[in-house]
Amino acid sequence: MKSRLHVPSVPARPGEEPDFSYVRLSPAGAVPRPPVDVAVRDTVHLAEGLVRVLDGSHQAVGPWDPRLAPDVLRTGLREMLLTRIFDDRMQRTQRQGRISFYVRSWGEEAVSVAAAHALRPGDMLFPSYRNQGLHISRGIPLVDLMCQLLSNTRDMCKGRQLPVMYQSVPKRLFTISGNLATQYPQAVGWAMAAAIKGEDDIAAAWIGEGSTAAADFHHALLFAKVYRAPVVLNVVNNQWAISTFQGYAGGEQRSFAASGPGVGIAGLRVDGNDFLAVHAATTWAAERARAGHGATLIEHVTYRAGAHSTSDDPSRYRPKDEFPAWPLGDPVERLKQHLIGLGEWSDPRHAALSEELEATVADAWKQAMTYGTLTDGPRLDPALMFEDVFKEMPPHLEAQRAELAAERAAGAAGGPT
Amino acid sequence: MTAMNMVQALNSAMDVMLARDPAVIVLGEDVGYFGGVFRVTEGLQRKYGAHRVIDTPIAEGGIVGAAIGMGVNGLRPVAEIQFADYIYPAYDQIVSELARLRYRSAAEFTAPLTIRTPCGGGIRGGQTHSQSPEGVFAHVSGLKVVMPSNPYDAKGLLIAAIEDDDPVIFFEPKRIYNGPFDGDPEKPAESWAGHPMGEVPEGYYSVPIGQAAIARPGEAVTVITYGTMVHVCIAAAADLGLDAEVVDVRSMVPLDLDTLAASVEKTGRCLVVHEATRFGGYGAELIASIQERCFWCLEAPIRRVAGWDTPYPHAFEWEYFPGRARVRRALQALMQEAP
Repeated sequence: MKSRLHVPSVPARPGEEPDFSYVRLSPAGAVPRPPVDVAVRDTVHLAEGLVRVLDGSHQAVGPWDPRLAPDVLRTGLREMLLTRIFDDRMQRTQRQGRISFYVRSWGEEAVSVAAAHALRPGDMLFPSYRNQGLHISRGIPLVDLMCQLLSNTRDMCKGRQLPVMYQSVPKRLFTISGNLATQYPQAVGWAMAAAIKGEDDIAAAWIGEGSTAAADFHHALLFAKVYRAPVVLNVVNNQWAISTFQGYAGGEQRSFAASGPGVGIAGLRVDGNDFLAVHAATTWAAERARAGHGATLIEHVTYRAGAHSTSDDPSRYRPKDEFPAWPLGDPVERLKQHLIGLGEWSDPRHAALSEELEATVADAWKQAMTYGTLTDGPRLDPALMFEDVFKEMPPHLEAQRAELAAERAAGAAGGPT
Repeated sequence: MTAMNMVQALNSAMDVMLARDPAVIVLGEDVGYFGGVFRVTEGLQRKYGAHRVIDTPIAEGGIVGAAIGMGVNGLRPVAEIQFADYIYPAYDQIVSELARLRYRSAAEFTAPLTIRTPCGGGIRGGQTHSQSPEGVFAHVSGLKVVMPSNPYDAKGLLIAAIEDDDPVIFFEPKRIYNGPFDGDPEKPAESWAGHPMGEVPEGYYSVPIGQAAIARPGEAVTVITYGTMVHVCIAAAADLGLDAEVVDVRSMVPLDLDTLAASVEKTGRCLVVHEATRFGGYGAELIASIQERCFWCLEAPIRRVAGWDTPYPHAFEWEYFPGRARVRRALQALMQEAP
């Protein structure tokens, strides 16, 4: 016998019928909800099952139902819808050349918005670049997000970061890195520090399933296990890492959540398009962490409905019409139908909300543009590029700043630049 | 003042800072119960507890990644990487994250992290326990890079590094942990006792980062160097009876170019010496910067002595090491150049 290389299979490529038969589902309400101090080994079935609350008729069922008040559900719906409308609008502005780059979270809104509601305001969040629902739920003004996208005079990052790499110190949203998974061990370290100091704030971090391949993911799980760090580690399994199917990240015939109990922390596999399930799972993991029982790895099973970013065309690597075939549906539509079923929402109210949020986003965009864009209007002073490399500017950077100033003065005087 | 070797001086620096500032913690492989493979953290866990002097898994990327998060959350971590040769698994966290955190967040998020790591050869460590990668880090915007050459500076610079709000990569030339080394491996090991820089205050003091030191004043030629090579260069000049001014860079970033240039302007001749490999090394930066500032004062081309551009070979350690004879030959050639 000769050995033969196994190459993970991809269920459907362009021109083929969408095929999601590989997604292992549990009926809503079927997975038990153990107490938060359950032993890690007793979470193995939770990491391989699928925590779901909303059933096929959009009713909340089973032990994971978080029993949220209708107001909380409506706020969640509003923030998911706002995230989607904001995303669509920003995608269009990129197409118009107003911003250089954009990443939508279309189809994954519940993963961020429900988690933001389940965590406390003092909890420190370490997002990836597809978690804008966290920023919206924590109340970062849209204008601030837009000014960052525009790298304009009110950009929170002073023009140093690609669009979507937001941050907020007061809202406890860590600066986003374009290097994948680096925030994972940092979140664990942040949580270790909270425990060293004896505080009760916890940390939470998000990465995509593709990024679980990175060493940082494994370091984070190990340190979280060894020091029982109060952290919630989220893997957003949206099936695709640009063009690479999740099987290439190790998802074939196993869940990503199973890495949790594999290393020695709790694992939960959750319907990521079910607002109630994400809320319930995050609440469970946060309580477990805060009570000193350690970290949880939560896999959110979802689907990246759009492109990876404005720089790729998904119809070149997967069927065009996959999203309608996705077995876990659309998170906004599911929460909407749930609220309608409760008698707490209606189609006309939903349409009115959409219209209101469209106007909110359009107004914010108009305001953001007054602070400049990458190409027009007021601009940040380029001399800012030399600041914040160090707390105090060393002589070599002072000299380089002067050199640039001389270069620009010569340019303004019509000389060679 | 107490006679201390460099290991004791570094230990004292961490002891002083752990006592002064509850935000200071120490973490790394074997640093806790055992006190580190070079004994630099000996006794600290016993004194400050396992929550502040923390043994870690063998995962340098995890150590630095977690330490960054701790720094963001208000601690002042001192992370030990057991050998500089093992720092590369943490390279992405250091270069892409730690070095640029302040910059990318417009100074809203910072991590005041000190990364201590023993470097350099001369201990029969072979190619995985002998490297001098300071140039690799000096090239990265946003990192301060430091290397002391004696116990007094080691303690003062480490305290300054721990207090610094910017990340500092702190290289410890392990060949001179226990005594100065003049480049002759056949001679019995010397001790720091009796050396003027081996007299170290027991309490708090700091040596500012960003200042070079004149290790030996002189008029005939300037030798710019750092770490173990400071002692080798002083010995080589003495062999020749040459009145060399030996300048100890101490801080690779920020670089004290004024002190270096003042010396070269005075002597008109300059030799740059380091143990690290030559091609694209930190010495190239020193030479370029000095040439830009001092060209019209130079009486001869600037020369350099460095490690060969090979990995550090176990069996040929002393043929590899840029020792006293190689420094002597370079100095002789430099002095023979007509002005």
